[in-house]
Amino acid sequence: MHLSILFPAIVNGVLTGALYALIALGLTLVYGVLHIINFAHGTLLTAALFAAFFMHKMLGVDPYLAVLLLAPAFFAFGYGLQRFVIGPASHGNDGNILLVTLGLAVIIENAMLFAFRADTRTIDVPYGFAVVPFAGMFISVPRLVGFGAAVVVALLMWLLLNLTDTGKAIRAVAKEKLGAQLCGIDVAHVYAMTFGIGTACVAIAACLLIPTYYVNPHVGNAFVLIAFTTVVLGGMGSIPGALLGGLFVGVVESLCGLYLGESLGQIGIFLMFILVLLFRPSGLLGERA
Amino acid sequence: MKPGALFSIAAVVAVLACVPLVIDSNVVLNFLVTALLLTLAGQGWNVLGGYGGQYSFGHAAFFGTGAYVTAILQMQYGLNAWTAFAAGIVAGAGVGAVIGALTFRSGLRGSYFALVTLAFAEVLRIIASVAPITGAGVGILIKLDPGVRALQFTSRAGFYWFALALVAIALVVTRLIEQTRFGAQLVAVRENEEAARALGVDATRVKLGAITISAAMAAAAGCLYAQYFLFIDAAIAYGPWISVEALLAAIIGGVGTVFGPLLGALVIKTLGEAAKLLTGDVPGLDLVVYGVVLIVVVAFAPRGVAGVVARFRASLVPLATPAREAALHD
Repeated sequence: MHLSILFPAIVNGVLTGALYALIALGLTLVYGVLHIINFAHGTLLTAALFAAFFMHKMLGVDPYLAVLLLAPAFFAFGYGLQRFVIGPASHGNDGNILLVTLGLAVIIENAMLFAFRADTRTIDVPYGFAVVPFAGMFISVPRLVGFGAAVVVALLMWLLLNLTDTGKAIRAVAKEKLGAQLCGIDVAHVYAMTFGIGTACVAIAACLLIPTYYVNPHVGNAFVLIAFTTVVLGGMGSIPGALLGGLFVGVVESLCGLYLGESLGQIGIFLMFILVLLFRPSGLLGERA
Repeated sequence: MKPGALFSIAAVVAVLACVPLVIDSNVVLNFLVTALLLTLAGQGWNVLGGYGGQYSFGHAAFFGTGAYVTAILQMQYGLNAWTAFAAGIVAGAGVGAVIGALTFRSGLRGSYFALVTLAFAEVLRIIASVAPITGAGVGILIKLDPGVRALQFTSRAGFYWFALALVAIALVVTRLIEQTRFGAQLVAVRENEEAARALGVDATRVKLGAITISAAMAAAAGCLYAQYFLFIDAAIAYGPWISVEALLAAIIGGVGTVFGPLLGALVIKTLGEAAKLLTGDVPGLDLVVYGVVLIVVVAFAPRGVAGVVARFRASLVPLATPAREAALHD
C-alpha cells in the first residue's frame, strides 16, 4: 500500500491509541492494586461521556473546561462505588468482585438506556473540525489535544504514585496488603482512592473524546475490550505498559480498518487480545501473570 | 447412584408438564418457554461456573453456534430440523471443547478466563455479522412449516413439552455429574486446583469435560431459540445478553445446585415481566433490576434462591430435633 495512505493511518492510530491508553490507565491501576478486573469501566466511560455531553448541551460548558468538574465528581463516584458497594458486597472474594462489577455495568448501562434512550448524540464545538498541517497531512486538533492530555495524565499519575504519601500507600497495598495494614494503612480507604483515581481517568478521557466522538448508552462497550486488550498487552498493573499498549492497539486497529474494512477491522483487536492472553498472559511489560 | 436422587427431578418435571393441561394461555406458556430456554443456558453456565468454578462471560459463543448451525443446516442445506438441532448441539459442544482446550491448556483462570471467553464470543459475533453464510447483517429466517416433522409444533404446548424434555435431560445430566467421580473431581478443582492436582486429578481434562457439557447445554438453548422464534441474527445469537442472562440465572438461582438455574430463570423472567408492566415498553429497566438483584444476591445470599430455600427449610427442622437428638444418643 502507498505510503501516503499508510502514514496518516499510523498517525491516526497513535492519536486514538493515546485515548485508549488513558482509559486503560485507570483500568490497570485498579487491577494493579485491587487485583480485580473492573467490568464497569466501560459503562463508567459512557456515564462520563453523557455527563460531558449534558454539561455542554444544558450549561454550555466546553468539554475541556468540564474536566475540572467531572474529574473530581467521578473520583468521588468511584470512591463511593468501591467503598460502599463493591467492597462490602463482594466479601473479598475475587469471583464475587467480578460479578458485582458486571452487575454495576449492567445497571449503569441500562439506567442510561432507560433515561436517555438508544439515540446517538454528538456535540458541536467550534474546534471540532480544526486541523493542523503536519508532514504533508492534516491532523485533527481535538485528537492532538487528546494525545497531549493523555501523556500529561500518565505523567501526573506516575508522579502521584511515586512522590506522594497517598501514592506510597497505594503501592504498599498493591505489593503486600496485610503488611500495609499492619503498618497502619487503611486498606479500604486506599482501595477506594485507587478506584476513584481510575474512574477519574475515565472522566478525563470522556471529556477529551466527546468533541470528536459520539455518545449512546452502549458506546462504552466498544471500549471495554479495547481497554482490556491494552491492559493485557502492556502487562496488568503496568503504567508504561498501558501507554505503550494503548498506542499499539490504536495503530493495529487503524491498520486493520484500512486493510479489512470498518466492521471486520475490530476483529484484529480481539484476536490480538486472545493470542496475547493465550501465549503471553503476563503482557509485554508485565512482571508476572 | 443413591435411590431418590432422580426422584425430585421427576417430581418437578411432572408438575411442570401438567401446566399446559391446566392453563390454556399463550401468554403464560410463552413466558414458561422463554424461562425454560434460559434454564438450559443457565444450567450450561452452572456446570462450568457453579460446579467447576470457571466463570465464563461468553456463553453466547455456544448459544449462537447452536442457533446458527440449526438455522443454516435447515435453510442452506435442506437438512431435517431434528437432525439440524442435534448437529447444532454437537457443533456448540465442539466450540466449547476448542475454546476450553486453548484456554485451559494455557492455564487461564479467574478473570482472565472470563475475559477471554468474552473475547471469543465477540469475535464470533463480528464474523457472523459479515460472513455471507450467516446472512451477514440481515440474519436468517427459518421457513414457517408448522408440524412435528419440522420441529415447529402447531400448539404452544407442544413446544413447551419439547423444551421441558430438554430441561429434564439437562437436570438429569447435572445430577449425574454431581454423583459421579467426574463431578467430585470438578468440585475439587473449583475448591483448590493445586490441591486437586496434587491428589492426582487431571484438572485440565476435568475442566475440558465440563466446558464441553456446558457448551452443549448452552447450544441446545440456542437451537431451541432458533426453532421457537424462527429468526436469528448476529446480535441475538452471539450478543452479550445471553452470556449475562445465563450467568444471572445460575447465580440468582443458586450456583452449584441442580435446580438453581431453573429457579433463577423463573425469578429473572418474572422480574423482567414485572419491570415491563411497570414501565411499558421502555427498554432498560428490566436489566437494571437484574443487575441490582445480582449484586444483592452476591452480597447477601451467596447460595442464591436455592440457598435461601434450604436455610428456610433448615429453620423448620428444630421442631423435629429433640427426637433426632434422642436417636443420636441411643
